[in-house]
Amino acid sequence: MVTYIIRRLIGALLMLAVVSMVTFSIFFVVPRLAGVTATDFANRYVGRAATQETVVEVAKKLGLNDPVVVQYGRWVKGIFVGSEFDYGSGVEHCPAPCFGYSFVTKKPVWPDLLDRLPVTLSLAVGASIIWLLAGVAVGVLSALKRGSLFDRGAMIVALSGVSLPPFFTGLIALSLFSYGLRITAPGGAYTPFSENPAEWAYNLILPWLTLAFLNAAAYARLTRAGMLETMGEDYIRTARAKGLKESTVITKHGLRAALTPIVTIFGLDVGILLGGAILTENVFSLPGLGKYATGAIAAQDLPKIMGFTMLAAFFIVMANLIVDLLYAVVDPRVRLA
Amino acid sequence: MSDNFLDVKNLKVHFPTDDGLVKSVDGLSFALDRGKTLGIVGESGSGKSVTSLSVLGLHKGGRAKISGEIWLDGEELVSATPEHVRRLRGKKMAMIFQDPLSAMHPYFTVGAQIIEAYRIHNKVTKKVARKHAADLLGRVGIPQPDRRVDSYPHEFSGGMRQRAMIAMALSCDPELLIADEPTTALDVTVQAQILDLMRDLQRDFNAALIIITHDLGVVAELSDDILVMYGGKAIEYGSAEDIFERPEHPYTWGLLGSMPRLDREPTERLLPIKGSPPSLINVPAGCAFHPRCAFEGRTGGKAGTEVPELAETEGGHLVRCHLPREERRAIWANEIKPNLESA
Repeated sequence: MVTYIIRRLIGALLMLAVVSMVTFSIFFVVPRLAGVTATDFANRYVGRAATQETVVEVAKKLGLNDPVVVQYGRWVKGIFVGSEFDYGSGVEHCPAPCFGYSFVTKKPVWPDLLDRLPVTLSLAVGASIIWLLAGVAVGVLSALKRGSLFDRGAMIVALSGVSLPPFFTGLIALSLFSYGLRITAPGGAYTPFSENPAEWAYNLILPWLTLAFLNAAAYARLTRAGMLETMGEDYIRTARAKGLKESTVITKHGLRAALTPIVTIFGLDVGILLGGAILTENVFSLPGLGKYATGAIAAQDLPKIMGFTMLAAFFIVMANLIVDLLYAVVDPRVRLA
Repeated sequence: MSDNFLDVKNLKVHFPTDDGLVKSVDGLSFALDRGKTLGIVGESGSGKSVTSLSVLGLHKGGRAKISGEIWLDGEELVSATPEHVRRLRGKKMAMIFQDPLSAMHPYFTVGAQIIEAYRIHNKVTKKVARKHAADLLGRVGIPQPDRRVDSYPHEFSGGMRQRAMIAMALSCDPELLIADEPTTALDVTVQAQILDLMRDLQRDFNAALIIITHDLGVVAELSDDILVMYGGKAIEYGSAEDIFERPEHPYTWGLLGSMPRLDREPTERLLPIKGSPPSLINVPAGCAFHPRCAFEGRTGGKAGTEVPELAETEGGHLVRCHLPREERRAIWANEIKPNLESA
């Protein structure tokens, strides 16, 4: 088991290295091929008002004329030990982990990302708990009352949940609950949990529900299908033959097996979400990673996009790792050599 | 009321489906006492498994329409509440299932599954139940039971899994034990061991045992009585001696002919029954077996029109056949038996 974990950890690190190379290529090499020069990049730092000499000088100082491999090496080195930046107004130190300087704000990217993380974390954790509980509960009830009015109704709602994007459901929810009934926050505000938990929840409840609705629907359908399959297994009949109460048969024997694939998908979904719930954050103007990323893309702020991409990749790779390890815990047949 | 420990009277289990009514069991009666063994024999789809699941009440609440009477130790089960039958399951009556790999939960240890079965009906601590589980595993011949208690089903061999399944069924000393194809999924050598084990255990526990199988060889040595089923009905029912020494139904003859035997020359062919089991929705008119019966022509045309009655021929030996008794005996003595013996 320990060797397996170490092997998977090394694999995860290699994966992140590959992701970093690919994203670096996409953002810094491909534009060159399309005719963007080193001075164009330098231009983004110094602004259009600068003279041609200044631009060339800054490009040189930032090492934008160096071979791509050297530039990539410098970027990686920055992540581990930090690096020095000089874009014309003197040398500035960017401490590790340094994901570069923003073109626009001329500030290191990493502290920005750290600032946004709690917002996305709050959104992801709250929403995922809601959708997991709601989705599984509805899925189990639907499976047990297959063909009933509840089952049909729930599956229609689930279908709409899967089909309707957050920028639709979110806006409907906002106009209904925030502007119509005035019982929820109108969006745009975020209060850290440590400052005021009640306000934190008040501001997040609508984004949570919007995001949860989308995923709960998918989980309800998955749970229902898994439950229907499991309750037809021979070992469920054995459990009944022992004289177990039907409720124990369902929760202990049925749900346990039906939930295994759910655990896998749940881990991956949360991992992806930690990299920013782009649509939901934008609809509710939450200053999380997703909103940060869309802002960076709109401003073509490459260092920000790079930093965000690496952070999101890190969460997804880690989620994969955790899910694999969890799988071995949940299903004893997947014991790893 | 009934004097027998288990008395099934005119049991019918019908499943309504979109294609029509499936009459899985259609008017079945049999009886069994403590310490005795009944073998129920038939092809796939003859209704033998459905019968056993009905006795345990595992069809209740489902789509099945069940009628008739099942008396167990003076209690009628068909009309009893599902909750009442649930309390009897596992304790008064237990079941050994066919394929122990799929019949045991893959996520729980063998010990945990036996402990669970024991603690449903006995208010004991986990520690006591664990000791009991290990004892049972040792009793059914699993080596190092204290250690194997913590193994998962997939870590056992097929034979060991079936032993563990038997241990689970025995955990609450059931008075009625139903084994549904207990050896079908096993190697031949292991089959013999499991059958020996079941015989020993039945003697020790003095339980009433029902063995359900498609293989006459399995029930040959274990059973006191044998019930041969075809198309949801009993077609021959008698003592093991009746069935093996004086069988009177052409289908039973077919089963005997298709049974491999070690005392035969290996070059000899088996004598299979032609055709395949009947559809339970459109059961053939008249005798359900007549389309496959070699002697159908000797019934004077009744085979395809009239359903034969299950009638006593001699001393509790029941046969459902249109052929006159003397003719059946003559066919067995002159045409079938010599073939089986010379072959």
